Amino acid sequence: MLDKNGIAKRISKELKDGYYVNLGIGIPTLVANYVPEGIQVTFQSENGLLGMGPFPFEGEEDADVINAGKQTVTMLPGGVYFDSATSFAMIRGEHVDLTVLGAMEVSETGDIANWKIPGKMVKGMGGAMDLVASAKNIIVAMQHVNKAGESKLLPKCTLPLTGIGCVKKIVTELAYLEVTKDGFKLLERAPGVSTEQIKNATLGKLIIDGEIPEMQL
Amino acid sequence: MSSKIFKNAAEALQGITDDMTIIFGGFGLCGLPENCIAEIVKKEIKGLTCISNNAGVDDFGLGLLLKKRQIKKMIASYVGENAEFERQLLHGELEVELIPQGTLAERCRASTAGIPAFFTPAGYGTEVAEGKETREFNGKMYLLEQRFYADFSIVKAWKGDTNGNLIYRAATRNFNLPMAGAGKITIAEVEELVPAGELDPDQIHTPGIFVKRIFQGEKYEKRIEKVTVRSRE
Repeated sequence: MLDKNGIAKRISKELKDGYYVNLGIGIPTLVANYVPEGIQVTFQSENGLLGMGPFPFEGEEDADVINAGKQTVTMLPGGVYFDSATSFAMIRGEHVDLTVLGAMEVSETGDIANWKIPGKMVKGMGGAMDLVASAKNIIVAMQHVNKAGESKLLPKCTLPLTGIGCVKKIVTELAYLEVTKDGFKLLERAPGVSTEQIKNATLGKLIIDGEIPEMQL
Repeated sequence: MSSKIFKNAAEALQGITDDMTIIFGGFGLCGLPENCIAEIVKKEIKGLTCISNNAGVDDFGLGLLLKKRQIKKMIASYVGENAEFERQLLHGELEVELIPQGTLAERCRASTAGIPAFFTPAGYGTEVAEGKETREFNGKMYLLEQRFYADFSIVKAWKGDTNGNLIYRAATRNFNLPMAGAGKITIAEVEELVPAGELDPDQIHTPGIFVKRIFQGEKYEKRIEKVTVRSRE
């Protein structure tokens, strides 16, 4: 089974040289810690940074330099600041190569829900709806089941949607899956996890085609 | 001679009254028009419709107006950092319109630019699209979103000159830039106000034509919402 860093590490293997990448809040942010050696990836933060670097050293925090999660960050040499309208021109205009974000539910047709639980929690969609509506490549990073032990990979989302038919890949603590027109296709098992475990934790249609390899991290 | 220069927030906010619609720049607590917000709290202006990406935190930013019940309706994209907001919303004490962040930015830009509406894919197939016109372009579905009609737009910049030209610093461009010019009257508060001619025309982000009133903020707390650091090893 993978921990949060393991999920991020697996996702980082999908990064390619020259990619512009937008990372959501939570587990997706950790992906930046595992960029494979020898490739260059540029991180976009939708509040207006391209070329975002690591957290600042203690004492060097700058209130004017934050990421979309409102955390203090730094800018790498060659980076650029811009306004929110320009930022979403990058996103909507499909100039971002990969989007990684969290989810509360994903359906077998690639619908995603991650912004609202009616009557309980309302945080808002932030930039997620713009991102999922336009991203060429979306990877969801999330836990396979929720705190109540219920599957988050469903035939149909029960929560208000963020976007429809948009999720391409999912990495959970148990598995790496692809959303195909026939359902969730199991690509890899997390270390020490059986196909049976994944099957039990997946409520949506799961396609298991032959022997499923274990993830190499 | 006409002048855009005002002495302080109290003077610059002349004409703002109860029940108006006001656009506020900033992202989270970054690049907030702190002095104007503080003054609106002081003036006890009520029944406001506020358009801003976030609703501040419980004791800073627009959270200060929320606490005093000065906001009737909030239009924002993300409000997750504010417990009082969530409480007022879930108890039906506050009208809220949550909209995608890119749509919010573009609605502001459209307001500034005199574009009444535009098509965007964000929110198609979700509750955001309910009641909105949808249309297919080149095989993809889009929904029609409209500009805002606001009484005032309040933005914060790093430097400004007496002509109203503005320069923002780092990530404080955020919503301040597309919001400058989005209201009938735009008020800019700046950290440093200089005489016209001192800013390099090549480096100005917001041309002064969009700004009707400008003043130098008395002080800036520039609070950080989440301090994250790394060790030097």
